Amino acid sequence: MADLKLELKEKIIEQLNLEDMSVDEIGDQDPLFGEGLGLDSIDALELIVMLDKDYGIKLADPKEGRQIFESVETMANYIEQHQTS
Amino acid sequence: MKPVYINSVGSVSAQKTYDNDDFLEEIMTYNDTILRVIDPDYKAHIPPAAARRMAKGIKMSTVSAKTALKEAGLENVDAIIVGTGLGCIGDSEKFVSAIIDNKEQFLTPTRFIQSSHNTVAGQIAISLGCNGYNYTYVHSAISFESCLVDALVQIRNEEANHILVGGVDEIVAHHVDTHRLINHIKSEPVSTEHLLQSNTAGCVMAEGAHFFVLSNQKKETTYAELTAVTTYNTLSRDKLTEKTIDFLSQNGETLENIDLIILGNNGDDGFDSYYGILSDGIFKNTPQAYYKHLSGEFDTASAFGFWLAAKILRGGTIPKAVQLNQIKAKKPMNILLYNQYRGENHSLVLLKRC
Repeated sequence: MADLKLELKEKIIEQLNLEDMSVDEIGDQDPLFGEGLGLDSIDALELIVMLDKDYGIKLADPKEGRQIFESVETMANYIEQHQTS
Repeated sequence: MKPVYINSVGSVSAQKTYDNDDFLEEIMTYNDTILRVIDPDYKAHIPPAAARRMAKGIKMSTVSAKTALKEAGLENVDAIIVGTGLGCIGDSEKFVSAIIDNKEQFLTPTRFIQSSHNTVAGQIAISLGCNGYNYTYVHSAISFESCLVDALVQIRNEEANHILVGGVDEIVAHHVDTHRLINHIKSEPVSTEHLLQSNTAGCVMAEGAHFFVLSNQKKETTYAELTAVTTYNTLSRDKLTEKTIDFLSQNGETLENIDLIILGNNGDDGFDSYYGILSDGIFKNTPQAYYKHLSGEFDTASAFGFWLAAKILRGGTIPKAVQLNQIKAKKPMNILLYNQYRGENHSLVLLKRC
């Protein structure tokens, strides 16, 4: 689980061009959107594609994203429960 | 006709041009086949949250545009017109590569948004909150001049008072590789000082972003008056002199009135002969200048020439580094710019001191 969280943080920094951030600056429970990392709706699309491409998880209902992408921890939990590849 | 003034400039180039207080006081010399811009402090101009999605071309343009707006004392403009040969080609390459690598699946929006040619004009408009005319010309080596024509028409027809006009192109690896294959880039490094003596095919390819505020109002910051612009997609060598004389005549000028001609020589021995027709012909007794040894060649490199002309007209001096012949120039009143790329897309631009 710890490895997955670290991997997610690295992917978030790389995919979303958060050049000035390091994995140490992203807490497991930090909000990704709003006051946390300040991600926006375009980032949400990037994260949905990342789940599909890297973990084989398709979100049937995009509204689920609100809970799944709340933090790195919620993402990691969701991936562990749903990963198919 | 109503005068159109160049009220400010902004430049990011292979020289230290991002500071408007400096005018080629320190020349950066190179010995290479490609030149990259000297990066300004992007973070000082662009919030980190906005910068993370910006391609290099957008960052260069944002700094250049903000510099021009600040100098003109404007927070917004009536129109934004941008010229670019290849847009943000770096992200275009990444987007197309992602299509291929992922077998047309998993495409994300960011690269696509950035890779469209009009993203520069769009991003500037968003940052300014400008809801006015927003247009991008993609016309190879006359992309920037097409913007000038559009702006001239709009200001003269009183459709706009202040227009932000610019030209931008970025350099990326794949683009360089393909242009090397077709010998459009020199095969051997050439030094800045000896570009025109290289006697080899191709150019030294580069990148840059240059923005200007054109206005119907003369201000303390005004550099010059933009008098006329014309472009030709095709123009044979034997017609160049005639077309140049016609252009001057149509705009009430004679050869004798031209105090300085600024030429776009890029050291390509296959095509610099176009410039030779004018420099050895009707302008052989006229002071001459060139600039692509400093800026390198790119589709909107002529905007560096425009920047150079504006600076010369306001300051009254011609930097030694750009002088092409030995004819001593008086304080220039009228400057003619001529540019072409590989024998196509020719432009003539006339500027006047005011």
